Amino acid sequence: MSTVLAPDPQLDPMVPTLARITRKIDEIPDVVTFEMEADGWSGFAPGQFNMLGPFGVGEIPISLSGPASKRERLVHTIRAVGPVSRALVELQEGAVLGLRGPYGAPWPVERAQGRDVMVVAGGLGLAPVRPVLYDVLENRDDYEKVIVLYGARRPEEMLFADELSTWRARFDIEVAVTVDHASVGWHGHVGVVTSLLRTVGYDPANTTAYVCGPEIMMRFAARALTDAGVAPGEIWLSMERNMHCAIGLCGHCQLGPVFICRDGPVFDWARLRPLMQQEEL
Amino acid sequence: MIVDDLKEIVGGHSMFAGLGTEFLELVTGCAKNVRFHGGEYLYREGEEANEIYLIRDGHVAQELGAPGQGRMTFQTIGPDGVVGLSFLVPPYRWSYDARAQDDVRAISLDATCLRGKCNADPALGYEVMKRFMPTVVDRLHDTRLQLLDVYGARS
Repeated sequence: MSTVLAPDPQLDPMVPTLARITRKIDEIPDVVTFEMEADGWSGFAPGQFNMLGPFGVGEIPISLSGPASKRERLVHTIRAVGPVSRALVELQEGAVLGLRGPYGAPWPVERAQGRDVMVVAGGLGLAPVRPVLYDVLENRDDYEKVIVLYGARRPEEMLFADELSTWRARFDIEVAVTVDHASVGWHGHVGVVTSLLRTVGYDPANTTAYVCGPEIMMRFAARALTDAGVAPGEIWLSMERNMHCAIGLCGHCQLGPVFICRDGPVFDWARLRPLMQQEEL
Repeated sequence: MIVDDLKEIVGGHSMFAGLGTEFLELVTGCAKNVRFHGGEYLYREGEEANEIYLIRDGHVAQELGAPGQGRMTFQTIGPDGVVGLSFLVPPYRWSYDARAQDDVRAISLDATCLRGKCNADPALGYEVMKRFMPTVVDRLHDTRLQLLDVYGARS
């Protein structure tokens, strides 16, 4: 299992440290990537998140989207969807913000060693799962087939398009992308991301899958993988909920018996399936 | 020899893989090889659905156009896929356009011929329906997921 990293226990977990934006990258409309530096930052495991907050606005959980092996690199990809995330996205290079973390259970990357790796991502869900790909590609010989299936709404909304192209050019990774709708100028696949599962070759009995995206997409993907023969305990999903404290105290992110911030955000489908099918949770 | 080759190709497509010899011969009797160049239309919206295409190579975009809005592709179908499911139900008309994205090789099944054989032999009809229905259901599920437009708000 990936090493779970956590903030210094000597510090008050609710007091943020200061982080400075060293580079801002405009990805797609309303989505930016920040490279940052923070005092005392000692790295993270793929799948973990930080609580980020522009001062005086609030705090939200944002997954780390950079390579975990480069401990000094602190990278977040953020979409403006609410007041806090919009305030974050509008910050410029040099700005200082509050940071708490890293928190949460990571993707179990080592679990896939000797097996086929299937990454299924939709929309901005490619950001939280990108550290898995960095880890796998840095240790490529430890894995069998590596397949990335990525879906977006439209071609103009594909995240990390340049990086996807770079990966596609490699011979040791299969990358398939799709969009829900396209104009005639698009020559790639059109259809939902789960339809790509029918077009790629892998060994379901020897596959570990990492799925990240909107919850409904993850449910469809997990079901399709299960139908294909992938064991529910080998399908890992990253959940998103309204997290406030990030340390399992406030209960805002409770989903039945689990707190997403403390017990997740990464869970296997065997554990998550009954919870995701109950509307009242 | 040519018919045997065609039978092998039809039987090698996932839609008819494992079909018994007798039924495969009946289906192959409605089949022919076709090619489309990139940009060429396999069929257009509103035309009679007289054919079903079993894609061997290349990709087909299913599109709709609207005045002032250009053309929108809502689905692409690649090798081993099927294009033209409107042949299954009356009034047997295409509801959208199908355009070759690149050079396409396919088996074209004469829909009138196949429907006639299915009507004459309900066992064949049931077998054919069983093979096409999973694709119909998969596309229904995919369409529902597309309609939900789920990629809106994750941060």
